Amino acid sequence: MTPAAEERRVRVVLVDDHRMFRTGVQAEIGDTESTGVEVVGEAADVDQAVTVVTATRPDVVLLDVHLPIGGGVEVLKRCAPLIADADQPVRFLALSVSDAAEDVIGVIRGGARGYVTKTITGPDLVNSIFRVADGDAVFSPRLAGFVLDAFASSEVSPADEDLDRLTQREREVLRLIARGYAYKEVAKQLFISVKTVESHVSAVLRKLQLSNRHELTRWATARRLV
Amino acid sequence: MVGGVARGLAGHLSMPVSWVRVVFVVLATIHGLGIPLYAVFWFVVPLGVGGVSEAKEPRDAKSWLAGRRPDRRQIVALVALACGIGTLLDNTNFGAANAYIWPLLLIGLGAALVWRQADNVRRARWVAMSRRKRFWPLARGAAGVLLVGAGVTGFLVVQGSVGHLGTILQAALAVLVGVALIAGPYLVRMAQDLSAERRERIRAQERAEVAAHVHDSVLHTLTLIQRNAENPREVTRLARAQERELRAWLHRPGGNGRDDEPTTLAEAIRRTAAEVEDAHGVPVEVVCVGDCPLDDRLAAQLQAAREAMVNAAKYGGDGGVQVYAEAEEAKVFVSVRDRGPGFDPEAVPADRMGVRESIIGRMRRNGGEARLRSAPGGGTEVELEMERSATI
Repeated sequence: MTPAAEERRVRVVLVDDHRMFRTGVQAEIGDTESTGVEVVGEAADVDQAVTVVTATRPDVVLLDVHLPIGGGVEVLKRCAPLIADADQPVRFLALSVSDAAEDVIGVIRGGARGYVTKTITGPDLVNSIFRVADGDAVFSPRLAGFVLDAFASSEVSPADEDLDRLTQREREVLRLIARGYAYKEVAKQLFISVKTVESHVSAVLRKLQLSNRHELTRWATARRLV
Repeated sequence: MVGGVARGLAGHLSMPVSWVRVVFVVLATIHGLGIPLYAVFWFVVPLGVGGVSEAKEPRDAKSWLAGRRPDRRQIVALVALACGIGTLLDNTNFGAANAYIWPLLLIGLGAALVWRQADNVRRARWVAMSRRKRFWPLARGAAGVLLVGAGVTGFLVVQGSVGHLGTILQAALAVLVGVALIAGPYLVRMAQDLSAERRERIRAQERAEVAAHVHDSVLHTLTLIQRNAENPREVTRLARAQERELRAWLHRPGGNGRDDEPTTLAEAIRRTAAEVEDAHGVPVEVVCVGDCPLDDRLAAQLQAAREAMVNAAKYGGDGGVQVYAEAEEAKVFVSVRDRGPGFDPEAVPADRMGVRESIIGRMRRNGGEARLRSAPGGGTEVELEMERSATI
């Protein structure tokens, strides 16, 4: 089912306060034989999530953005040492029904490596999990659109030229992703390798996380409506 | 212009406002007759009765909000009013009763000020006064009380009972304090109960509204989904439409999700995508970057995009349609892609009006450009590009 599954196993923890949704995801991706994904734990709230993640040290955490008390951002905050771990980092992939810009930007800046909506198909989700496990970033079309919007929206000269601007190439890549291209298709279109696409996206992710342009936050709150 | 009486009357009699105003002014010059008439109408006629036409209401509200600092027209009206009162007083000679006129006038004015508060409370409900405006009703109330007090005192003075004034005031004060002591706790409790009740009522109202909405939309859709359980396409369509509507409702309190004609590109694209999605039961994902107001050329581009979406929904298989719109400084770019089998643009028969005319032709006629190509990885992509008009 997955192209990336070269006999690889990725250990995953599901964090979501809806049991029905956890069951659904488990059913869709949890068949280790065919997908290479092994669900090693589940959690329904922030405290549980931190405990389970610390105990199991998974490769990837599928994190619901809207958890009671604090939300996904709180989990990210409290797991920060695990994310920063050099040897065996825990990576977070945010999963949500919300398309609100503030939520998306919030979890990304909190340290998540990607953002997908809950409508994503099983195979796509497995793909994204592997990609995140490899340390790459996963951008949905919508997230790409948000980022383009956020970085384009200002005429104010940036404080840090490196962090506050997207390069022409990064912009092109994001634009194609926003148009619904998969990484492979982006690579083909721009005559570059998939690896290069991934590195561009990772660079954008880094900018998104590290740039302290206050416009980013302001933009996100101003765009409450989606 | 002072109290909106003329407008109200005009609405009631369905005559132009200016006519009513002229009549008032003319009446005012004849022995100042218009002034008391106006005052009586202002005081007696309840607000909003007699139909201030709806279109005018926002303007009214705005002028009331904009200004405790009365605008120039209001000042003119007030000056006219003062003149009118002057003539009125000049023309009326009550002889011996003259001494009572001023106190009575003061009392009347004070009472009017206090009583008009009720109107303001009602108006506040429509206008949603901002907090700092609270000062004004208070000041007005105080002024009213002061005026009434002065009037009553004046009355007493005129009647020649000045000598007893001190005693009378003392007695009155004692009675007032006594009444306040006895009735105070009840009054306080009553006020608290009242506000609690009001809060409760507001909450209940809110709940009822949410319940009504959920009932009208979500429950309805769920019923429809159950009934269409064996038709996955229809179920998807229903679910998507409901999701969209619910999101719009959640994010836009006050709106009902079915607002008026869109005026900006992003809004219009989303609307169009929603319509196509509803009509064809294929999910249409929209990503918008930037936004700009719609004009004729963009409307044409929107039409072309709609045609492209319809095509993609019809022939693009079940993979869904991805729409991307970006408003740049100089141009607007829209792309529509599907993941269907794709087709050869050259092989499109001339009678397929859809692509040739509605998309490519329409874009060219409006000074834009349309490109049609198969996307890498399968599917078809339509790219629409339109220069933005220089004047915005």
